[in-house]
Amino acid sequence: MTGIKKVSAYGLLAVASIISIFPFFWMVISSTNKSSDVTQGKLLPGAELMNNLTKLLDTIDLVPALLNSAKISILTTILAMLIASLAGYGFEIYRSKSKDILFNILLLSMMIPFAALMVPLFRMFGSISQVLPAIGIDTTAAVILPTVTTAFLIFFFRQNTKMFPREILEAGRIDGLSELGIFFRIYIPTMKTTYAAAAIITFMASWNSYLWPLVVLQTPEKMTIPLLISNLGSSYSPDFGVIMTAIVIATLPSALLFFLMQKHFVAGMMGSVK
Amino acid sequence: MQKTGEVLEPARPVKAVSPKRPLNYRVRNKMIGWSFVLLSAIMILIFYFYPMLQSLLLSFQSGTGANLSWVGAANYTRLFKDPVFLITVKNTVFYLIIQVPLMIILALVLSVLLNSKTLKWKGLFRTAIFLPAVTSLVAYSVIFKYMFGQDGLINVMLMKLSLLSEPIQWLTDPFWAKITIILAITWRWTGYNMIFYLSALQNIDSSIYEAAKMDGASAFQQFTKITVPLLKPIILFTSITSTIGTLQLFDEVMNITAGGPGNATMTISQYIYNLSFKYTPDFGYAATVSYAIVIMIVIFSIIQFRVAGDKE
Repeated sequence: MTGIKKVSAYGLLAVASIISIFPFFWMVISSTNKSSDVTQGKLLPGAELMNNLTKLLDTIDLVPALLNSAKISILTTILAMLIASLAGYGFEIYRSKSKDILFNILLLSMMIPFAALMVPLFRMFGSISQVLPAIGIDTTAAVILPTVTTAFLIFFFRQNTKMFPREILEAGRIDGLSELGIFFRIYIPTMKTTYAAAAIITFMASWNSYLWPLVVLQTPEKMTIPLLISNLGSSYSPDFGVIMTAIVIATLPSALLFFLMQKHFVAGMMGSVK
Repeated sequence: MQKTGEVLEPARPVKAVSPKRPLNYRVRNKMIGWSFVLLSAIMILIFYFYPMLQSLLLSFQSGTGANLSWVGAANYTRLFKDPVFLITVKNTVFYLIIQVPLMIILALVLSVLLNSKTLKWKGLFRTAIFLPAVTSLVAYSVIFKYMFGQDGLINVMLMKLSLLSEPIQWLTDPFWAKITIILAITWRWTGYNMIFYLSALQNIDSSIYEAAKMDGASAFQQFTKITVPLLKPIILFTSITSTIGTLQLFDEVMNITAGGPGNATMTISQYIYNLSFKYTPDFGYAATVSYAIVIMIVIFSIIQFRVAGDKE
């Protein structure tokens, strides 16, 4: 690259990087400042972090919301991995024309916007409530069930199963393993990286999901982190320092997961285009 | 995949598989195959296709809450005369035609720059620009809401730098509120799309560029004549996913502007939410509006496939 081009390339990338990072920087800085400092545009760290944290824990039910979100996200991730990988494996290993047709039909569900599902799903769980309140409106199960099976994940597992060596399958059969045994004893351990990638994107989507929990959860004790943050954000006399501290804590799990498992994260994203 | 070898070990003395399989072996095998996919097929049927059917039936009913009665196509005629619906369509299309191309071009340019062999601190730039994609939509929306407030950081900074004499009404002016939403979504998703392009670029043989350079092609020509055509499938993929995402836009608008001022930033998804859970619930009409999104997704996807000239 010539001089000017080089400078402008670095300049553009630097500007893009700064714009990308700035809101994070401001969020972290603000969590260490008083509300009045935040509104005055202070961009230097203060000494209010502990103060904000105590106020946060005293006035806002952050811990219950964290636990609710953790419970929902972990259960969703485990169930989603199992259901989607069984299907992805089944569609690829026991391939047949009729199964391929079914597969394509299932893929169509990716085009369905959630906005079109929310009303009928809400009514569906409303009727379930009358028979089985344990999985009806305002329960963890109601948050998890509709989102736990996605055509995207099935597709992702199917694509990755294409690289699963068939010889191992035959070897397993000769060793007398049942078909399900092959899946659990051979396929799952072999496909660890695929599971890692799929688990990260599923966990993040669940941890951050907003619309469906907003619709289906009603009592404040059931609230998840995004619902809590949204409520804080629309309060009339916000304590900015405290709210920023809450947002920092809510963002930490995703950010940590990303930094620890960046490769798997990107692999999960790319799964859809292989 | 390292386990492969271990597992293969005991299989080495391969015996010919007994040719005398039980008669029902194939039937049994078929059943096993289906049982693997059954659970997910049932789940998708219950939680996607059945609700879509319910939604369709609902769209021909009206009433408040659970008291619904059949009204024929009344909801559909109401749709085209409903000023709020028409505003939400206009807003959504506005976001779509400005934000999606803007973001895709930006992501393409950044990915090309990052793909340069001689570039230093590549990983640093890439991680920084991708970072917004790991934030929760609600969390970043609240941060943007505060940053773009009347006395928010953006106005304070712009005024300190004397770039502005009066604060911009980022959230309360109908035009600027839309711009704020567009800026927010662009911030959140540009890095995400850039990663797709970057991985596609890495698969392009660099000798193509060297040959182009020898033929005297400028950087811009290389970009428009080589990079863009070769990335066409992935650009199509990202523009379809972005379009579907924008047509369903909800979290940001709900948390940055709450749809306001007036209905100036409200999206179709938010209108459906309001019709069902905020105003007096009218599930029938909400279902009708939701079919409008479905139809728009289909139309825009077809247009994009046509534009890209793919025959698939």
